[in-house]
Amino acid sequence: MSFVQNFPFFSIILSLLCAVISFFLGARWAKRLTLFLLTSSIVLQSCILSFCFRNHISYAYMMGHYSAPWGNEIAAGILEPLFALLFAVVMLCSVLGGMHRMEQDVFPGKQNFYWIMVDLAHVSLMALCYTNDIFTGYVFIEICTIASCALLSIRESGRSLLAAVRYMIFALVGSGLFLIGVIFTYSVTGQLLFPQLYEAIGKLWAAGTYRFSMTVAIGLMVVGLAIKSGMFPFHFWMPDTYGRATPASSGILSGVVSKGYIFLLIKIIYRVIGIDIFTASGVQTLLLLFGIAGMIVGSVSAIFAKRLTTMVAFSSVAQIGYIYMGLGMGTQAALVAVFFQIFSHALTKPMLFLSAFQLSHASGGRQDFHSLHGAGHRHPVAGCTFTVGALSMVGIPIFAGFIPKLYFATSAFGLGWKTWPVLAALAISTILNVMYFLYTTILIWIPEEEGTHAHIRVKPQAGTVFPAVLLAGFNLLVGLQSAGLTTLFTQGMDLFCQ
Amino acid sequence: MLDKPKLDPEFSSIWTLWKNGQIDLTGSLRSPGHQDPASVKSVEKYRPRRDRSAFSHYVQKSNHLYNILATVLCVFFACLMLMTVANLPLYGDPNAPTVNEVAERYVEKGTEETGAVNTVAGMILDYRAFDTLGESFVLFTSVCAVTILMNLSSKRQHVKHTKESINYADDMIVRGVCRFLVPLIMVFGIYILLNGHLSPGGGFSGGAVLGAGLIIYAMVWGEEQASRIISARLIKTVVLCSLGFYCVAKSYSFFTGANHLHSIISPGTPGRILSAGLILPLNVAVGFVVCCTMYSFYMFFRRGKL
Amino acid sequence: MTALLTYCTNLFNNYEEVVAVILFSIGFCILLFSRNLIKKVVGLDIMDTGVFLLLASRGYIEGRSVPIIVDGVTSMENYINPIPAGLVLTGIVVSVSVSALMLSLTVRIYRTYRTLDVDALYMMMSVSKGGKR
Repeated sequence: MSFVQNFPFFSIILSLLCAVISFFLGARWAKRLTLFLLTSSIVLQSCILSFCFRNHISYAYMMGHYSAPWGNEIAAGILEPLFALLFAVVMLCSVLGGMHRMEQDVFPGKQNFYWIMVDLAHVSLMALCYTNDIFTGYVFIEICTIASCALLSIRESGRSLLAAVRYMIFALVGSGLFLIGVIFTYSVTGQLLFPQLYEAIGKLWAAGTYRFSMTVAIGLMVVGLAIKSGMFPFHFWMPDTYGRATPASSGILSGVVSKGYIFLLIKIIYRVIGIDIFTASGVQTLLLLFGIAGMIVGSVSAIFAKRLTTMVAFSSVAQIGYIYMGLGMGTQAALVAVFFQIFSHALTKPMLFLSAFQLSHASGGRQDFHSLHGAGHRHPVAGCTFTVGALSMVGIPIFAGFIPKLYFATSAFGLGWKTWPVLAALAISTILNVMYFLYTTILIWIPEEEGTHAHIRVKPQAGTVFPAVLLAGFNLLVGLQSAGLTTLFTQGMDLFCQ
Repeated sequence: MLDKPKLDPEFSSIWTLWKNGQIDLTGSLRSPGHQDPASVKSVEKYRPRRDRSAFSHYVQKSNHLYNILATVLCVFFACLMLMTVANLPLYGDPNAPTVNEVAERYVEKGTEETGAVNTVAGMILDYRAFDTLGESFVLFTSVCAVTILMNLSSKRQHVKHTKESINYADDMIVRGVCRFLVPLIMVFGIYILLNGHLSPGGGFSGGAVLGAGLIIYAMVWGEEQASRIISARLIKTVVLCSLGFYCVAKSYSFFTGANHLHSIISPGTPGRILSAGLILPLNVAVGFVVCCTMYSFYMFFRRGKL
Repeated sequence: MTALLTYCTNLFNNYEEVVAVILFSIGFCILLFSRNLIKKVVGLDIMDTGVFLLLASRGYIEGRSVPIIVDGVTSMENYINPIPAGLVLTGIVVSVSVSALMLSLTVRIYRTYRTLDVDALYMMMSVSKGGKR
């Protein structure tokens, strides 16, 4: 066994240790430790990725002395480190970009807890990426939930507390349903690890016994994770959660946390249930319908939103809808599109939030659209990054958001009755996106001659705008160099889907 | 209680702006100071009105709809779950799918491989130790989250506490009983902790009992007295040491296991108190974490600080 | 007809799971219908209890004893399945942590808004912009 193969485990243990040590440190050292952790995590994930890509392998790593059906396991292929890398990069950028607001939003005595929570969110995301055991998945889902609730409520304003309660209630119902799904699956198969579950479920389905329980179990697991990641009928927690947190938390919650759940869901669909059984169970069609509904409802709600961050948060509902639509289509090509969508959304949304907060800072801290008139001139860099994000969300070529839309559209053909709803949803959603994102962009760039905030000129500091610019760079990179990522995704899927 | 709703006329969505032609691309071309009076008027006319009675009417109406939907959802869900339960393997069935080679090995080889007579302890702390590591960190996460929310020691506005008038320590019966009971509870908790691998119990239950003992102490003799003896720093140190030890010990065992190296930890003689390799120290560490967690929850809710 | 009969027999045999499911539904109803935040938290806890009962009952095997090896008898014939017990333990710990967090959120909301009624909170949220800062 090569030493590099230990790295997934190292990245998990390292962040656990950092969290515990930060408990004893002051805010300043906790911050340094967290930044060190995120950077080293990026390095570790890159090593694993390059190792797995060069040797074209995926492997299971025993957590302990006992092999597969008895002990815990984590597994890594190409996709797992790739997404772990994405999560670490986005977390680092959001944290760096939102750091300057921390002084205002977080009480100084509690700042080290903020960094502990970032560490714990990081470890849970790594574990969700790498886990090969469904119950480990459940435990780390809970860590992720509690940590993200703390990241949200640390701002301690009344609205963010209410948002946190709402988020927690939805998230807890989601994890309860997920746990029941796991229990049903366990009681008809007797296994908890992914490969063994896959085998047992395949046998059960072929034999036809307990088919109803299995269908319900699949439905419950999917619905549980869908509630937690904000699929359409369960999206009510999203706008306040994303719109009321401190910028760094907004970036982490919108860009990364919901994607962690979605990645676990993809793992469960492809490595536990198997795509054929998933299609046969009928849950897939539900995902498609709710995904399409989410795309439309999210965009319409964004048009009616009254604050900039709420609007950006509602557009997340639509973007998550794209992901679920892709999962509902169920082909390999659609899965590639889903991966691209996760990438583009994870890179774009934190950037949008960071620049939205900076724009509102340049408008005297106000978030309504009247005050934002001409904000782009007051804070040019934030205006530029916001524009990049908006163009990417709309799906203009050369930006990252274009690629998934293209792939969704091409993979929609040959799906029978699903083709037309998918294409229509893509078209309508794009038009709606144009309505709110391009109008906002135009709004912030119209010069304002005699407004209340016209005199404000924000001098962009390198430290605060750099992360958003970096994310914009990544966004363009994904948009321009999508061929390389496509290779990674397709090769990773060969290893990933059994 | 609520005054009239103060809604900004400027507080409007993109939709409103768009509808009223507020987003005007030619704005920058026009000379400054020249503004279309019609558009200003239309903004003022379009003021979202939401007075309180209309709003509560709206809430009531949506509540009605919500109740119907929720009832449907509840009934549907309960029926679905009942149908699923009817389709599960029978209760107490010895041939159920769950009784397979996994459970068999835990029971039949567990004592030999882990050294723990209590197979559940062997399973959660050796076979499936990664889950349990995560579980202890759930506790840690929630302690930190509760600290964030409830810690008043560093707050700007100090929320006043209504002081409890009853002083339990002055009551002869309570004081006498507790003076006798608290040490007993603590000893019992320690017993459960240390015998986790031999009998029912272990870190979580033992820690909960220890925590209960500390909470009774703090209740009777007052929080100030308790926090003098069990200071915040002490709790922090104990949590740090326990979780740090847990992480390091388990990563040693994970690392050696995954790389097929020889581990120096041996199961020992099953049945002895000093056996079962890492399980005993891990139980103690988990117990300390749980105890500190429970005690801190109590103190944060009661006093706002440790 | 026979299908219905088997169905009822199964339900009757799995009575412990049925109780667990009913408990879960009660918790779910409280969560949905109660307007008080504390009661919602209680509902969540009852839901969790139902889940744990369901999980624990899955490990039981008729006529066998707890999985603690006595007198060196290690045959599976004598003991129940230890896995659900371990999983329930994890679940309980998670549930405790989550309730503590929910309750502390509730306390903070009460301190800010002086009410726990969801409708009143919703009203304040919609009518006034933002809470106290």
